[in-house]
Amino acid sequence: MQEYWRRLADGVELSVNQTGKFKTGLLGVTLTIPLSAGTATAGALIPEVLSRGSRNHPSMEQLSAATDALYGASLGPVVRQRGESQCVSFLCSLIDDRYALDGSAVLEPAAALMGEVLLDPVKEDGAFRREYVASEGANLADRIHARVNDKRSWALFRLIQEMCAGEPYAVDKLGDAEEARSMGPEKLWAGYQALLAGAKVNFYYGGTAQPERVEDAVRRSFGPLLTGRTAPVHCWVEDRPRGPVRTVTDAMDVTQGKLAMGFRTGGITMASGSYPALLVLNALYGGSANSRLFVNVREKMSLCYYASSILDKIKGLMVVSSGVEFAQFDRAQEAILAQLEAVRRGEFTREELTAAALTVGGSLRGRLDSQGQLEDDRLTRLLFHSASEGVELIQAVESVTADQVVEAAQRLELDTVYRLTGKEGG
Amino acid sequence: MDRLEYTAFGQTIHRCVLPNGLTIYVDVRPEYARQFAFFATRYGGMDLRFRDGDGEWLDTPAGVAHFLEHKTFDTQDGNALQIMAANGTDPNAFTSWAMTGYFFDGVRGFEENLRTLLSFVSVPWFTPESVDKEQGIIAQEIRMYEDDPADEAYSRLLEAMYVHHPIRTKVAGTVESISQITADTLYQCHRAFYRPGNMVLCAAGNIDPRRVADIAREVLPDAPSSAVTSDRGQPEPAEVGERYTRRIMPVSIPLFALGFKGTPAPAGEGLRQRLVGELVCDVLFSTSAPLYNRLYEQGLLNSSLGSYYSAVPGCAWIMAEGESRDPERVRDEVLKEAARLAAEGIDPALWDRLKNAAYGAMVRHLNSMEDTCMELAEAHFKGEDYLSFPQVFQSIERADGEALLRTWCTEERMSLSVIAPEE
Repeated sequence: MQEYWRRLADGVELSVNQTGKFKTGLLGVTLTIPLSAGTATAGALIPEVLSRGSRNHPSMEQLSAATDALYGASLGPVVRQRGESQCVSFLCSLIDDRYALDGSAVLEPAAALMGEVLLDPVKEDGAFRREYVASEGANLADRIHARVNDKRSWALFRLIQEMCAGEPYAVDKLGDAEEARSMGPEKLWAGYQALLAGAKVNFYYGGTAQPERVEDAVRRSFGPLLTGRTAPVHCWVEDRPRGPVRTVTDAMDVTQGKLAMGFRTGGITMASGSYPALLVLNALYGGSANSRLFVNVREKMSLCYYASSILDKIKGLMVVSSGVEFAQFDRAQEAILAQLEAVRRGEFTREELTAAALTVGGSLRGRLDSQGQLEDDRLTRLLFHSASEGVELIQAVESVTADQVVEAAQRLELDTVYRLTGKEGG
Repeated sequence: MDRLEYTAFGQTIHRCVLPNGLTIYVDVRPEYARQFAFFATRYGGMDLRFRDGDGEWLDTPAGVAHFLEHKTFDTQDGNALQIMAANGTDPNAFTSWAMTGYFFDGVRGFEENLRTLLSFVSVPWFTPESVDKEQGIIAQEIRMYEDDPADEAYSRLLEAMYVHHPIRTKVAGTVESISQITADTLYQCHRAFYRPGNMVLCAAGNIDPRRVADIAREVLPDAPSSAVTSDRGQPEPAEVGERYTRRIMPVSIPLFALGFKGTPAPAGEGLRQRLVGELVCDVLFSTSAPLYNRLYEQGLLNSSLGSYYSAVPGCAWIMAEGESRDPERVRDEVLKEAARLAAEGIDPALWDRLKNAAYGAMVRHLNSMEDTCMELAEAHFKGEDYLSFPQVFQSIERADGEALLRTWCTEERMSLSVIAPEE
C-alpha cells in the first residue's frame, strides 16, 4: 500500500491509499466544521437534502439510476463526530475497473456524479427545493427521536450529554429535532454556502488507481471547492472532572437496566506520549474478551450481560457500558470500579498485559484490511495531531510496561454515572 | 486440494474433503494483514427435534443450539475465549436458525489459534454448575432482545407467517425453555451435530491451504460418522398463519416488518432463487424503485428501510423492515404495486440497472473475508457454490422476477408485524 498526500489549496487536501487488495475503490469528500449547536442541524441536514437530487438528476430515483449504472456505486451521505468537529461526508464505494463487466472506467463518472451531488443541487427560487427540505427535515427529526430505540447506545448518548454538558462535545451531531422540522430552504441554503466556503476539505481515495488519475478526477469534478480556506479544527480536553461524581437516573419501560460510566483520562489523548499505555489499559480493563470487566464482572460474577469500555482518543474519555438487572445496579457499579482499583494498584499479571498489548496491536493492524477503517483513520489523523501512528504506534503499544499502564489507570477519574432503569420501581 | 478459479473477479478458492467428511475451503489473500477462520455446524435454533442415524427421535427445549454455542467455549482447562484472547485474537460465535458458527480473527499465531478453535468446538466439556450459571447470563441476553424493537418486529413476523415450522421459535429460546436445559441435553446435541461430516471449515488470509487441512486432520477425529436428521414439523401451507400482528413498545415512531412467504427452492436452485428474490426486493424497495420513491416523497417511508431475501431448510421469504408513521398504509401500497407489476411486468430498463447494481454489490461483498467465508459455509450446507453467482446472474431473466412477484407477493402470503408507541 502506497500513501500519498497533496494539498490542493489552503485547507483542501487529497490523500490516496493506492492498493490492489480490495475489489472496490472508495472515494470520499469530507467537509469539517466545528461542532456547535448553531450549525449542527444544518450540517446534518444539508447532505440529506443534497442526496435528494442534483440539477442533472433532480430526483432520488434518477440519482439512484445513475449509481445503478455504475455497478451499484453506493454514494451516500455520512455525518460523523470527531472530537468537537462535525464531519459531513459523501462516501462512494465503487467496483474496481478490473471487475466491471464491460471493462469501462468507473472512477471518473463516480467522481463527476459525487461533485454534481455536492455542488450542483436542484434549486427552486434561488435555494434548495422546499419540498425536499421539509421532508428531509422531518426525517432527520425522526432519526433524532429514534435514538431512544436502541437502549444500549441511548444510555451512552445520555451519559455524554450529562457528563459534557456545556462542552461542544455534547452537541448532537444530528442537531436538534425541532430545528430540523422547522428549517426553511433559505436558511439551509445560507448554511450550505457557509459550509462550502468555510469547511476544511478532505478528499480521500483508496483503490488501484494512480494518484495522478485521482487528482485529475477530483480537480475536474470539484473545481468550486478547491479554493483556500481557514477552517479551525480543535477539541477541548478536560483533564479531570470539575466536581464530585454525578449520578443521573432515567426510568423507561424496559426489562433490562443499562449502566454507563464516564471517566476523564487525565488529559491523555492520541496526541500524548501516554496514548499507547491508555490503549493497552483500555484493552486490559474492558476492551477485549480477556478484559477484567468481561472475565470478572460478566463471566465470574454474572453481574452484567455485557460490560465493556471504549475510548474517545480525541476528547480524552473512557466510557464503560453495561447491561444489568435492576436489582444489581449498585453491585455492578462497585464491581466495575473495584476492577479499576485493582489495575491502579498494579494487580494484573504479565500475561494479561501481553494479551492486552497483542489485542490492541492486532486490531490496529487489522484496520488495514478494511476500506472504511482506512478512510476513517486517515481522516482522523489529518484532522488531529497524533504522537505516533502506523507501525510506530503498534511498536509503542507492544512495548508498554506494567508501570505505564498503572500510571494511565491512576490518571483516570470517574466523572458521571448514568442509569437507565425500569418504570414502577423496577 | 482442489483449486477453484473464479476469473470474473480474480478469486481462487482451495477446497478439499477429509476422510472424516469435513469440507474445507481456503481463500488465500496474500495482501491481507489479518487471518480469519470460521468453523460451523449445520445446526441451529430450528433443529429442535432430531435423530441420530436410525436412533430414537429426540425433542429438545427451544434455545439449545444457542446455549450450546455459549458453553462450547468451556474446556476442561478453562475457557477457550480467554486462551485465544491471551493470544491477542478475537474469537466469537453466533447461532442462527440453521447454523452455529465459531470464528476468530487475528494477525498472528494463526496455526495455534486454528488448533484451539477446532479443539474447543469438537471436544465438549459441560458441568451442571456451569450450565446453571449460564442460565442467568442467557436469561439476561434474552431480555436484552426483548427490549429491542427491531428484533421483536422480526420475531413476531416469522411467528405470524409460519404455522408449524420451528422458525416460529426464537433462536435463543425463552427464559422458561432454557431453564430445562441440562449438561446431558448439551452432550446429546453436541454428539449429534458437532461431527466433521456435519460441519464445514472456511479460512481466509495470507495462509497456506495445505497447513489448514493438515491441522484439521491432526485435531479432529478420523472416523466418518452417520447422518443426523431434523424434523421440522408438518408441511407448511402456502398462506401465512396471521396477516397482522402488533405490539406496543417505547419507540419514537412505529417500526414494521413486512414479509411475503415464499416457496422453498428445489435442491440446487437456492442461489438462483436468492438472486431473483433479492432483485424483486430491489424492484419494490430499493432507492431505484418507483414504489419506494413515491412512499418516501409522501413521508410514509424514510431511509431506514431495508429489504432482504432469506431461506432456511423448509422456508423462503422476502421481507422489508423499517419505520413508518403508517405501516398499514405501506402494506396496502406494497400489495397494490406487486399486483401492478405482476400484471404489467417490470420496467426492462429498471431490471437491467438493478441487475448491474446487484452484481457490483456482490463483488463488493467479497472484500470482506468474514462475509466470503460465511457465504461459502452457508452455500455449502445448501449444496451450492456461492461464487458461481456471475454465471447464475447471466441466466436470470425479467420473467423470473415477474413469476416470483406473481406467486409470492399476494395478500394471502403477506404478514405485517408492527411495533407501535403508546398512543
